[in-house]
Amino acid sequence: MSINFLQPEYEVVRNMDRCITCRVCERQCANEVHHYNADLDRMVSDDSKCVDCQRCVTLCPTNALKIVKTNNCFKENANWHTSDITDIYRQATTGGVLLGSMGTPKEYPVYWDKLLINASQVTNPSIDPLREPMETRTFLGKKDATIHYDKDGNIITKTTPQLELSTPIMFSAMSYGSISYNAHKSLAMAATKLGIYYNTGEGGLHEDFYVYGPNTIVQVASGRFGVHSDYLEAGAAIEIKMGQGAKPGIGGHLPGAKITEAVSKTRMIPQGTDAISPAPHHDIYSIEDLRQLVYMLKESTNYKKPVIVKIAAVHNVGAIASGIARCGADIIAIDGFRGGTGAAPARIRDNVGIPIELALASVDRRLREEGIRNQVSLVVGGSIRSSADVIKAIALGADACYIATSALIALGCHLCRTCHLGKCNWGIATQVPELVKRLNPAIGSEHLVNLVTAWTHEIKEMMGGMGINSIEALRGNRLMLRGVGLTEKELEILGVKHAGE
Amino acid sequence: MKRVYVEEDWCLACHLCEYWCAFSNSGKDNMVAALKNKTIKPMIQVEEGDKINFAVSCRHCEDPICVKSCISGALSIEDGVIKIDKSKCVDCYTCIMACPYGVLMPNEDEGIMQKCELCTPRGTAPYCAAHCPNQAIIYEER
Repeated sequence: MSINFLQPEYEVVRNMDRCITCRVCERQCANEVHHYNADLDRMVSDDSKCVDCQRCVTLCPTNALKIVKTNNCFKENANWHTSDITDIYRQATTGGVLLGSMGTPKEYPVYWDKLLINASQVTNPSIDPLREPMETRTFLGKKDATIHYDKDGNIITKTTPQLELSTPIMFSAMSYGSISYNAHKSLAMAATKLGIYYNTGEGGLHEDFYVYGPNTIVQVASGRFGVHSDYLEAGAAIEIKMGQGAKPGIGGHLPGAKITEAVSKTRMIPQGTDAISPAPHHDIYSIEDLRQLVYMLKESTNYKKPVIVKIAAVHNVGAIASGIARCGADIIAIDGFRGGTGAAPARIRDNVGIPIELALASVDRRLREEGIRNQVSLVVGGSIRSSADVIKAIALGADACYIATSALIALGCHLCRTCHLGKCNWGIATQVPELVKRLNPAIGSEHLVNLVTAWTHEIKEMMGGMGINSIEALRGNRLMLRGVGLTEKELEILGVKHAGE
Repeated sequence: MKRVYVEEDWCLACHLCEYWCAFSNSGKDNMVAALKNKTIKPMIQVEEGDKINFAVSCRHCEDPICVKSCISGALSIEDGVIKIDKSKCVDCYTCIMACPYGVLMPNEDEGIMQKCELCTPRGTAPYCAAHCPNQAIIYEER
């Protein structure tokens, strides 16, 4: 055996004055960091196994634990960062592609944080949402460009199917397989209670969750896992996944270890086999091909369900979105490069795609310039972290936001970014029954409902401050935004004035 | 009356309930002071199985056999809670044989029985339920 160049990234610090040797940390760590040593009559830890998921810290009844980043350091180098060096050690040992999970941890600009929201002063009144009606309800789908009347002057309503959202937030796609049964159940229960939608992701719909169908978006991705007529009928809308923000241009790979009996049945693939989603849909090589799939899905559900096309935010996203709008999609979902994933090659996650803020602004502008903005709704996702991000997205032109990482954090995720190891200590990104059990959907769904309810309150407060009383009046209202510390070019792409203007 | 119920589907066998029980009944205001370097004698105990775990504590039966069986009159019902008068207990183990749930247990240190008396003021959740991380122990009216 050769020398292991990798040293532990974290250190488990145990306050021995407080530790009562209850061994909860030992029982709760799926990575087997903690052990009771009878000779020493104390707990000991193996730092090299720690992923900093914070499960032990959170459950320790006497607050005896903390995890710290090791201060063991390589010689300082502004060019060769510790992560560059350790990645090379890792690849030199394994010869493999580096895997990562969740959104990129790299320091790219977050444009949400460089946008500020307006508020009314003197010349126009702000609105108190506690005393006056404030509409957060919104509809997703194709909107008529003109209003038609019959001979008696009544409006002729012939809108295509719409999704009604009580608040402009939806839970974005996470497949059953990448996340657990209990995580899916929590999302489904919460979406139903909130009057919004969750998304099956590409892994099919577990038979137990058909009851949540009216609040479910069913996804059809390149692997076509679990797609059959009942599945398409079960959802309120169908999403064709062309790309994912965390890994644009590549497919997916769910390891065979996660294909348990229930996952295998739901995905309609043999138990224990790897579930590989191809990079492209093998029947889609052009906008015309996409149009065929859009209409095939509409045809098979009697034109009763809106069809969403989800793409990753990449270069020329405006032109791509224009093509999608023209191929019959009702809703376009765009996933920014900071979006999460259960597993992706780290190099792709950290280097491919563009920020969602810029993608959204350019898509909205392009569709308006072409006069087809009304033909589609825009849903954006990829690291929407707070209600302020939602407000800014809507002001930049989004109809609604997709949240997933935020939702998982509400379920207990501590962003340790080791989903791909399948041993999620929080019962989210795992299929191990003892770990899945750790997420009680009664608690999980309550947390999700609380989160979205809180955000909705904040959205109302911020809209009220702007003197706006409905989401519809905020949509694309870029005058409500000002940039700080942005270049002329960035402001031009965002279509936003600089603060002070 | 509110009672402690166990949802075995959600029990993780973390044993936190046992430590909170021991702390609650220690009379101390700090868990470290109460439990450090001590072998705990909790009145709730986790039964661990291959696939299923659950915590067992007194059900506070409406018609408790333990009270009927007690030869010294140490066990009694107060407001629905089954209490033990430690000064009367003679450590005969009759209640242990009578209880169908196995929730009475000897406390060797004191030489008498011990059992859950719902530690917190009535109406508030006992520590085992209040601190269960996964709502596997619930205190409610059913």
